[in-house]
Amino acid sequence: MVIKVEHELHTRRRGRNLGVGLLLVGMVGIVFGLTVVKVLGLSDIRQFETFDHVARPAIEPASIEAADQLRATEEVGQ
Amino acid sequence: MTDASLTEAMQSDARTGEAGMGDYFALLKPRVMSLVVFTALVGLLVAPVGIHPFIGFFAILCIAVGAGASGALNMWWDADIDVLMKRTAKRPIPAGKVTPEEALGLGLALSGFSVVLLWLATNALAAGLLAFTIFFYAVIYSMWLKRSTPQNIVIGGAAGAFPPMIGWAVATGGVSVESALMFALIFMWTPPHFWALALFVKTDYGDAGVPMLTESHGRRVTRNHVLGYTIFLVPVAVGIAFTSIGGAFYLALSIVLNVRFLWGAWQVWKRDETIAETDGYATEKWLFRISLSYLFLHFGALLVEALLRSLGWAIW
Repeated sequence: MVIKVEHELHTRRRGRNLGVGLLLVGMVGIVFGLTVVKVLGLSDIRQFETFDHVARPAIEPASIEAADQLRATEEVGQ
Repeated sequence: MTDASLTEAMQSDARTGEAGMGDYFALLKPRVMSLVVFTALVGLLVAPVGIHPFIGFFAILCIAVGAGASGALNMWWDADIDVLMKRTAKRPIPAGKVTPEEALGLGLALSGFSVVLLWLATNALAAGLLAFTIFFYAVIYSMWLKRSTPQNIVIGGAAGAFPPMIGWAVATGGVSVESALMFALIFMWTPPHFWALALFVKTDYGDAGVPMLTESHGRRVTRNHVLGYTIFLVPVAVGIAFTSIGGAFYLALSIVLNVRFLWGAWQVWKRDETIAETDGYATEKWLFRISLSYLFLHFGALLVEALLRSLGWAIW
C-alpha cells in the first residue's frame, strides 16, 4: 500500500511548517553556540563539572589547592 | 483528530484565511523591533565592560524577541479597536488571518522564552528589566493608559526607552547614570516626536475611543506640549556628553541637533491652525522628520565616541 498525504492541508501549510522547522533548528544551533561560548569562557575548565549538581570532593577548592601544591612540589623536586 | 474536528478546523481556516509565517512575524511589529535592536545594541556597545560577541548577539536577539512578544500581546489586547482604524485594520488579527488566542499564545510564549534565555545567557537584572518592559508595554500602556488618558504616549513611551538600559545591563550587570540618561533621552523625545505627527495626520483614534491630546485638549495645547517636552529634552540629550559615554564629538553634534530641534518646536508652537493649514502643515512635518534623525544621530554619536575611546582618540 502506498503511503500518501491524506489531505491538502499538508501542502497548504508547507511554508508555515518549514518556517517553524527552520526556527527550531536555528534555536538549537544558537543555544548550542551559547553553550560552547559559556564553557570555553570558564576561567578553569574544571568548573564545568559543577554543572551536574553532584558533589565531587576532587573539585572542592581545598582539594584543588592541595593538588596544585603537590604538583608544584613535584616540579621543584624534578 | 476526528473528521468532525478536522472539518471544523478547515472551516475556520476558510473563514479566517490561511496565516503564513509573515503574518505571525507581523504580530511582532518588526519596525518597532528595529529601533529596539539599534538602541539596545548601542547601550551594549558603549558600556565600559566588554562581553563575548556571541553572547552580545544572543542578548540582542532576546531583547528583540521580547519586544516582539510585547507587540503581539498589544495586538491581542487591541484587536477590538484595531479593526476600527484605517492604519491598523490590516494587521493580522483584524484582517482575520490570525486568531486573538494565537496572538496571546505567541506573545506569552515568546515573553517567557526571551526573559528566561536572557537570564541564562547574561544576568538577572537584564532579564528583569526585559520582563518589566514587556509588562509595562502590554499591561501598563496597552491595557491601562492607552484608553484612559491623553498622556498615554508619555508614560507608554517608557517601554520604548528601556532597551538601551537593558543593553547596558547585559554588559555591566547594573544600571548607572549613563544608562538612565539614555533611557531619559528616548523617554523625553517620544512626546514631541509623536505629537508633531499627530498635528498633521488625521487619525481615527477618536472613533476607536482612544484619547489623543489633539482631540481631547485641542491643537493649541498639543503645540504647548511639543515645546515644553522639547525644552526638557535638551539638557538630557546634551548632558550625556559629560558622562563616561559622551565626548567632544557627541557634544558638538548634540548642540547642533538640539538647537535645530528646539527651533523647530518653537516654530510649531508659534503657529496656529490657520497658518498651518495654508502651507499643509509644512513645519509640523519638518519637525517630525528631523525628530527621526535626531534620535538616530544621538545614538550614532555615542557609537562613534565608543569607537574613538577604543582607538585612544577621545578628547575626554
